[in-house]
Amino acid sequence: MAMNGSRTASLTLAWRFAALRVGNFPVIPTTILVVIVLVAIFAEVLAPYNPEVGVLGQRFRPPFWQVGGTDAHLLGTDHLGRDVLSRLIFGARVSIVVGFTAVIFAGVLGTGLGILSGYLGGWVDQVIMRLTDAWLAIPALTYAIFLAAIVGPSAMNIVIILGLVYWTRYARVIRGEVLSLKERDFVRLAIVAGCSKRTIMRKHILPNVLNSATVLGTLMLGVVIVTEAALSFLGVGVPPPQPAWGLMLADGKKGLMAGYWWLTVLPGCCIMLMVLSANLLGDWLRVKLDPQLRQL
Amino acid sequence: MKSYILRRLGYSLISLLLLSLTIFLFVRVTGDPAVLLVEPGASKADVEAIREQFGLDRPLIVQYGEFMWNILRGNFGNSFYYRMPVLELYLSRLPNSLMLALAAMSFSLLIGIPTGIIAAVRVNQWWDNAGKIFALLGLSLPSFWVGLVMILFFSVYLGWFPSSGSGSVLHIIMPAFALGWYFAAAHMRLTRSSMLEVLGSEYVKLARLKGLPEALVISKHAFKNALIPVLTLAGINLVIMVNVAVVVETVFAWPGIGRLLYEGVSFRDFPVVQATVLLGGSMIVIVNLVVDILYAVIDPRIRLER
Repeated sequence: MAMNGSRTASLTLAWRFAALRVGNFPVIPTTILVVIVLVAIFAEVLAPYNPEVGVLGQRFRPPFWQVGGTDAHLLGTDHLGRDVLSRLIFGARVSIVVGFTAVIFAGVLGTGLGILSGYLGGWVDQVIMRLTDAWLAIPALTYAIFLAAIVGPSAMNIVIILGLVYWTRYARVIRGEVLSLKERDFVRLAIVAGCSKRTIMRKHILPNVLNSATVLGTLMLGVVIVTEAALSFLGVGVPPPQPAWGLMLADGKKGLMAGYWWLTVLPGCCIMLMVLSANLLGDWLRVKLDPQLRQL
Repeated sequence: MKSYILRRLGYSLISLLLLSLTIFLFVRVTGDPAVLLVEPGASKADVEAIREQFGLDRPLIVQYGEFMWNILRGNFGNSFYYRMPVLELYLSRLPNSLMLALAAMSFSLLIGIPTGIIAAVRVNQWWDNAGKIFALLGLSLPSFWVGLVMILFFSVYLGWFPSSGSGSVLHIIMPAFALGWYFAAAHMRLTRSSMLEVLGSEYVKLARLKGLPEALVISKHAFKNALIPVLTLAGINLVIMVNVAVVVETVFAWPGIGRLLYEGVSFRDFPVVQATVLLGGSMIVIVNLVVDILYAVIDPRIRLER
């Protein structure tokens, strides 16, 4: 009957929503990340002005809600008269592209080497592990600055550098996983069945470590973005006039003593939002995908 | 015991070797090292002269040997900008970084440990949740942005603290906080989980069964054992702090080795950059070695393990 039917329907709907909330799915962080990605993709459409060209007559305009602000520049302008909102929007593109690419690069490299090291053992393992130790010893930021100083700043170089700096984090964890996976029955059966080492690594080991690799990836995303911002801040990151949030912070520092707060606070808020969201999402993924990793 | 120490020493030496080899190779392999090693604004003739002087056309092995030989004698080259031996320059700035790191570490321990303990004792209640937020923010906010916002707030708007330089207690407070927040968060998290683990252990159960008041159980039995991993981490973090303070030191113009690295990069003073990375990495390897050995001395399970 109609009333019963609609009650069951609404119950099913409520059950569906409850299922979504099971595991405390972080709706807000994911939404923020999705929004940032969309902003990065559609930057040309969304940004009101060209982020690299400024009108010198409009320098240091505050956001529109303050005295001296205009509606033409909602979030104010910087020291070269460039619109802050547009620069923030295009800066999202740099952060997303560099962040994701670097994380994927580091992940592929680290997971690959981790699998090789863990499964093959012997001298391969020793060499890779000693290399990992040595590279882990150098603090990531110092290492990145050093490499950037040698090869010179460009977006591509930064991605490669960040990948080279952070692959060790993956390799360590993945190797541990592979070591325990090696003892599992299905791997042993595959060996008995005569599979080559390469096949085993590709078909049996790899799919099982992808979980950990993904979780690590989300956790690393925040770290990579902060490092990229730090590199840009120090002047060895993405080169100007391309807008990057870290670079905006460096520029903003010049106006700090004069009280031009929006040049510092706003880019930092963007960084903070992105990193926080990535971290929260990573935390949730970690708990959801693999309870064993809760100790990480 | 001795075999453990020897083995750890061996691993550390290999790490140091690999470290220096990596740095050496990166410089030689990517692009033209002569351009890096010569002063900015030099002519072509100068570049050729440098190539001669450093013997950059000799086989890599020979160059590496000379590189290492120089390092072992303490010769890291001369700074282009400051016109003095790099090692001397580095060592003169190191105490400043250490001072900042110590201040930041004190802050992080003073805030982190009590917060972690209370969070563990009152799990999932108000204090735990507040602590989690504090930790989350600390781990997510870039330290240099925290520094910049603090300057904006406390120097520009309120005028309480000086915004840059060093020299008085007032100068160190803001950079120490900016640098320390991340580590306070890390220490808080570790203290909390360590404390939770200890509170669930057998001897704590026994203490409770004996009828001891909870405060005594916590302070006398649980506290010290929970602290062990935290203090180990703190020791390693101190050295890490010295190295990652680059951006904070730059923001506050604090004259430490982080600022030195920044200056080296800005002024294209390559010997400085190379030495900072080498020395920084070596410091960490050595501290890790010391901590591992100390751990083995304290905890017999570790040295009998492998």
